[in-house]
Amino acid sequence: MDEITTVVRDYIIREYLQEGDDRQITEKTPIISSGIVDSFSMVSLLRFLEKKYSIHIPDEAATPEAFDTVERIAALVRRFQKAEVGSV
Amino acid sequence: MSAPLSYEEPTAKFEWHVAEEELGYEPGDTINIGWMCSDRICQLGLADKWALLWEDYQGNQKRFTYDDVRILSNTIAHFLSGLDLRPAERICLFMDRVPELYIGFLGILKTGAVAQPLFSAFGDESLFVRLADAQTSAIITQRKHLYKVRKIRRQLPSLRHVIVVDADQASLQPDEIAFQMERTPRIEDFAVHPTTAESPSILHYTSGTTGQPKGAQHVHYSIIAQYLTAKWVLDLRPDDIYWCNADPGWVTGTSYGIIGPWANGITQVVLDSGFNADHWYEFIEKHRVTVWYSAPTAIRLLMKEGAEIVRQHDLSSLRHLASVGEPLNPEAVIWSQEVFGKPFHDTFWQTETGCIVITNLPGMPIKPGSMGKPFPGITATVLNPETYEPVNRPGVAGLIALRPGWPSQIRGYWNNEAGFQARFKNGWYLCGDRASIDPDGYFWFMGRDDDVINTGGHLVGPFEIESALLGCPAVAESAAVAKPDPINMEVVKAYVTLKRGFQVSDDLELEIMNNIRKRLSPLAMPQEIEFVDSLPKTRSGKIVRRVLRCKEFHEPVGDLSTIMDD
Repeated sequence: MDEITTVVRDYIIREYLQEGDDRQITEKTPIISSGIVDSFSMVSLLRFLEKKYSIHIPDEAATPEAFDTVERIAALVRRFQKAEVGSV
Repeated sequence: MSAPLSYEEPTAKFEWHVAEEELGYEPGDTINIGWMCSDRICQLGLADKWALLWEDYQGNQKRFTYDDVRILSNTIAHFLSGLDLRPAERICLFMDRVPELYIGFLGILKTGAVAQPLFSAFGDESLFVRLADAQTSAIITQRKHLYKVRKIRRQLPSLRHVIVVDADQASLQPDEIAFQMERTPRIEDFAVHPTTAESPSILHYTSGTTGQPKGAQHVHYSIIAQYLTAKWVLDLRPDDIYWCNADPGWVTGTSYGIIGPWANGITQVVLDSGFNADHWYEFIEKHRVTVWYSAPTAIRLLMKEGAEIVRQHDLSSLRHLASVGEPLNPEAVIWSQEVFGKPFHDTFWQTETGCIVITNLPGMPIKPGSMGKPFPGITATVLNPETYEPVNRPGVAGLIALRPGWPSQIRGYWNNEAGFQARFKNGWYLCGDRASIDPDGYFWFMGRDDDVINTGGHLVGPFEIESALLGCPAVAESAAVAKPDPINMEVVKAYVTLKRGFQVSDDLELEIMNNIRKRLSPLAMPQEIEFVDSLPKTRSGKIVRRVLRCKEFHEPVGDLSTIMDD
């Protein structure tokens, strides 16, 4: 598991998994469709990613599908990290 | 009597008696929603018909016939009766969309107690406010939500019982009770409490501009309206497979996610999962859903995912589509016509009305963007906001108002008679929304008449958010207002001034957002926080949210003569 994947997974466990919820979060665990993160809470997750990685993820890319697993979120971060580098 | 073929057909000589007759109810009889939705359906010869086909996000499934629902609701009612819970006491349902929530709702009503469903995503503060206000006696919850209950239980002297539906007794604290519905001996016969028309049934909390949320008190007679509106507006027919997206923590989820379909003996499907377009379409295809009652926010999310994904599924089973929660924009109606081959029919109502009151009936021509016309038996108009007299001029905006007296109208706000009376002017009930009426009698929604924020079809009160914001260490003052949003219609935006010694930063913004999300709910979390030096106030020091709201909507602010700082 790379650094981005680990950071995203740990953040979701810390911030979104409720105290009594003993579900394991892996790279492939559904996050949105399982209801762990809903569409409203996605905004705070998006803010965290943008702040942590100094990137901007446009609304059209921040879809429930793109946020549905840790793996997909990490891929999204990498994509926009590259875009930021490319735009310099 | 099946759904009318046109709007004119039933309106001329409508009486709610139609529904009383179909439900076998005579004025003065006992009437109990729990019994009506289970035992009565079995007596009609439908005991073996599927009542509930349930599925979660992992594809786990459970199925319940009407006889199962009858027996299991008896089982829950019997268990609750053994806990020394008296009729009219409040029993909270605080669960995800699991079968125990739907069947437990009927079980509570069978005992004569009042069901108080609350959205399971509520944080401990939101939960506390609602349980304290209602002086709730018992709460039925799941292990995953138990920590929130434990956090507040000591401050709730009325809360005598905490019941957990998915835990063993050994894993609970001594003052908590394990109750596993399907592992408990089934109770074939239960003496349903002889509730009557005006006996209290459900307490749903709803938000207003001022003060904490108010408990809207409903009665068993509401089923008369919920039964008929479900049948006529949602066009429910005996062989339908019906899917209502709403969570029973909100009124749509009880009126049309439990009572309406089950009073009609319909098979309903429930998907206990978050949003995923592909999964939703798969679910419709797999269960051959015929009637789908959804919400504009969900429809706009589906629109965002595109039409291609729709074409990958066989959705030909869909016969009727309807929507509720916020105004359905014309683009969504046109889009659904294009991709599903049929339009979503907008419906308008609210917690206090208990049933759909303005709607597009199946036989009516739809004007995309319009709320439709009053349901037969509902007298609706728009009032001049100064005189509270009907506007009576096509196209002129006014306050949406209803003549009181329909069966599912709330009977009061819990412990708040003044708040309840304030909803009535000149013999009209005020919905708190503005609209105009066109020459054909169609209503056109224009917006809220107060500061309540309608986000994703749910009303969120600014006062509750502002109170929670003031609980954040850095926040000195705050104002919560609506901000337009392409998906949710509105989202919460907070304006905040900071205490001395705190600096504006991205970290602080995220910290405040997460703080509100956890304490109140994701719905109440500000999607944006603007840090300002001061907030607009009246000369007496009251924050004027209107100024901030107008700024967000790019509307003229109007007269600012009483505002101190501009």
